[in-house]
Parts: sequence; C-alpha cells; structure tokens
Amino acid sequence: MKLLAFASRNRKELLRDPWNLAFGIGFPVVLLLLLSAIQANIPVSLFNIEKLAPGIAVFGLSFISLFSATLIAKDRTTSFLMRLFASPLSASDFILAYALPLLPMAVLQGAVCFVTAFFLGLSVNVNVLLALVVLIPPAILYIGIGLLAGSVLTDKQVGGICGALLTNVSAWLSGTWFDLNLVGGAFKRIAYALPFAHAVDAAKAAIAGDYASIFPHLWWVIGYAAVIMVIAVVAFKRKMNGDNV
Amino acid sequence: MNAIEMTGLTKKYGERTAVKSLNLSIEQGTCFALLGVNGAGKTTTIKMLSCLTKPTSGDAVILGKSILTDPQAVKEIANISPQEMAVAPNLTVRENLELIAGIYGSEGRAAREKATRMIEEFDLSEVERQKAKTLSGGWQRRLSIAMALISEPQVLFLDEPTLGLDVLARRELWSVIEHLRGKVTIILTTHYMEEAESLSDSIGVMARGELKALGTAAELIARTGAKTFEDAFVALATGSKASA
Ligand SMILES: Nc1ncnc2c1ncn2[C@@H]1O[C@H](COP(=O)(O)OP(=O)(O)O)[C@@H](O)[C@H]1O
Ligand SMILES: [Mg+2]
Repeated sequence: MKLLAFASRNRKELLRDPWNLAFGIGFPVVLLLLLSAIQANIPVSLFNIEKLAPGIAVFGLSFISLFSATLIAKDRTTSFLMRLFASPLSASDFILAYALPLLPMAVLQGAVCFVTAFFLGLSVNVNVLLALVVLIPPAILYIGIGLLAGSVLTDKQVGGICGALLTNVSAWLSGTWFDLNLVGGAFKRIAYALPFAHAVDAAKAAIAGDYASIFPHLWWVIGYAAVIMVIAVVAFKRKMNGDNV
Repeated sequence: MNAIEMTGLTKKYGERTAVKSLNLSIEQGTCFALLGVNGAGKTTTIKMLSCLTKPTSGDAVILGKSILTDPQAVKEIANISPQEMAVAPNLTVRENLELIAGIYGSEGRAAREKATRMIEEFDLSEVERQKAKTLSGGWQRRLSIAMALISEPQVLFLDEPTLGLDVLARRELWSVIEHLRGKVTIILTTHYMEEAESLSDSIGVMARGELKALGTAAELIARTGAKTFEDAFVALATGSKASA
C-alpha cells in the first residue's frame, strides 16, 4: 500500500537518528536509575517506584512528540514534502504514515521503562501490561501534539516548543515529581484541566490494580487526543493546499 | 497532440502577481524550457501544473485532466523534481527510489526492479547503498531526477535541474534528458541560456510573471535581430531592442 511505503520510510528515518534512540529509550531509563540512586541514599521516602515509573513513562512520551514534530518540520523545510504533495497520497495517508511508526516506538519506550522499574523493585505482574495498554491513548495524544507542531512550526521552533516547553509541562504538571495534592490550589486545578496528570494517574491506577480509577482519567486523555488529532489533520491539510509548505 | 494546455493560468500572492495569464500549449513528447531570471515565475508555474498550489484564476489541462477539477488524476501521471533536492536524508539512494516507486503504487519486487533500472540509467550504482545526506550536490540532483522518473510519469517537471551542478555533471544530465525526448513530455525551468537552447524543442521566455516570447532558439534570435541567443534573451526579458 502507498501509505505503508511512506510509513516505512518514516520508521527508518526515525530509527536511524541515534539521538532519537538515545533520548527516547535511554533518557527515561537514566532518569529512573538516577532517582532511585538518590532514593537509596536518603532515609525519607521521596519516590515510590509504583508511582514514579508511570510518571516517567508518560514523561518519556514527550520525546515522541519531539521526534514526530522534528521529522515533519524537516520534511517541510527540505521540500521533501513538496515532492510528496505532488504524489497521489492524501492528507490522511500522510498523517497515518507519520503516526503509525511512532506508536510501536512509544509502546517500546514504555516497556523499557517498566522493565527498568522491575529491577528497581516494581512488582512483576499483569497490571504492568495493563499500564502499557493504558499508555496508548497518551501516546496518541503526544503523537498528535507532534504532528500538529510539525505541521505549523519550523524545525527550529519545534526544538523550543516540543523540546523545552512540552517536556517541562509534562514533567511539572503531571504529578510525576511531586504529589499535586501537596501543592493544591490553582496549580492543581491547571494540572487537572490538562491531560498530562490524568495520563499519569490512569497509568498509576493500572499499576496499583485500582481498575475503577483508570477510566475517569483516561477519558480526559482520549478527549484531548481526539481534539488534538483533528486539529493536526486540519493544520496539515492547510499546509498541503496552501501556498507555503 | 498537446500534452499540456494552459489557459489564462494566473497566480497572485496577495498584491503580487507571480504568474500572469499564461496561455501555452506543449506538444506531447517534446521538451519545453521555461527560461527566466530569478523571480520570473517559473517555479510558481511548475507548482500550479503539478497541483502543488492552486491558480488564482485560469486552468491547465494535462493529458485531458484539469488541474482544477481532477488533481488526483494529474498527480498519477505527472512527477516533479523540485528546485531543492527534496530527498529523504537518512535513506540510501536505493531506498529513496523504492520509496517513490512504492508511493506511486509499485510494491515489493516491482519497486525493487524499477529502482534497479533507475540506478543503471543514472549511473548511481557506486552510491546505491549510501545515505542521501552524504551525497554531493551533483549526486543528489541525479537522485532527485531519478526519483521523479521512477513513477514512469507521462509528464515530467524539472525545476532548475542543473542548478549547482558542475560542468561535467551538467552535460551528463543533459544526455539523460536527451534520452527522454519523444517518450516523456518535459517542462524544465532554467536560467541558463545554453541549456534551454540545447535541450528544448521550444522555449518560453518569462519575465515578471509574464510570458514574453515563445519559439525555438533560432526563431527567438531571428525575431529580435540579435546575434546570439543570450542577446535575444536579454532583449526579450527586458523588453528592449537587441543591439545589432
Ligand atoms: N509562497 C509565496 N508567497 C509569496 N510570494 C511568492 C511565493 N512564492 C513565490 N513568490 C513570489 O512570486 C514571484 C515568482 O517566484 P518564482 O516562481 O519562485 O520565480 P522563479 O522560479 O522564476 O525564480 C517572486 O516574486 C516570488 O517572490
Ligand atoms: Mg524557481
């Protein structure tokens, strides 16, 4: 299929960039190891691996946004997309072909993160597999953010927006580093108006085996993911039919 | 039979008219050169013909298909080598070729065979397994044109195909284009006079978005009373009389 030919190119392009692999897979692992090393040396309990691992797994997804946005923005600036816009591929072919290779990458990233967490004391059980499934809607959300950013920004702006802003928002407003209940107030309200804390809470609930708590949180993520995807498709279509790729 | 017919093809970017009411017919199997200085409107014309941008007014019909009402059909039968190289940097030369073959509907073995044929035709075998980003400008340009041809288009758009090539690479490319004559309808843009002169069956001189003259190199020289084609071009592009 035509769309798969392009999807396979995108997979190769992503996997052949060593930084993508290093950051996508390596960074969450390094973070987990680092935080656990800190924890091992202080008496008070800062992090609990059951709560930390889902948080880091969600945080790691922000790199998936960065990769997809960078790839699309680069394809635009190098005119590679212009060549492809002259081909019979449709806008939805393009979006799917960019998104498809990222999904297994996101799941693999989550899996590596949890496997690392096993060594740090996360109990090995079926709930971890459930958490990986729960991470799929957040993964689609982050992929959508990447597609949108890549469609409207230049590759330099992508570095700032997805590389700096999104990673920080994901880190601070997700309840990964500190309990949002401890901060409370406006900060907590903002965090729970955005999807990131909900994504982490859903994954935490899965790991904890608290199945009833997964879905209220996941609905937030699914809602955001759907809206962002629609906006991304519209933005991409505009680029495709517009005067400035 | 005409492969391409443009009627009043116009593109405005805000106040600026990039291409002004082009009326042009190009016979099937011939090579047509759009000649003009930077900013003349060549790329904009190519972009409209290849359905990359919509005309503000006017239409063009390519092998019976309108770019306005049937862009999908036009995209199936035409292909473009953009002014920028537009290759996938992390794919090898062969992978780039197979990618485009795949996007135009050839699968697996068919795509591989087409890529092999292009690699032979464009002498790309020594760089076949090299990533496109490691290639020199000349090799990238060759790959870029091979990528446009691998879909076996009936109409081929080459936007400044020899930009950045050294003399030898340019001559080599000329011979490739020479080979395509009669089989594929080619529109190429260039600002090299001798390129238009030696490659094309007919030449359109563009300046500030308008088609200033149309004919073979010899006809254009005769019409302006110039000594050389270069003088003829200057006369036509600036609207002045050629100095005898
Ligand atoms: N996307 C665009 N937006 C605004 N103006 C444009 C755009 N593309 C081209 N132009 C303008 O249209 C004119 C023709 O450009 P172009 O077709 O690229 O010329 P050429 O290819 O002959 O050098 C130029 O004045 C250029 O600045
Ligand atoms: Mg140009």
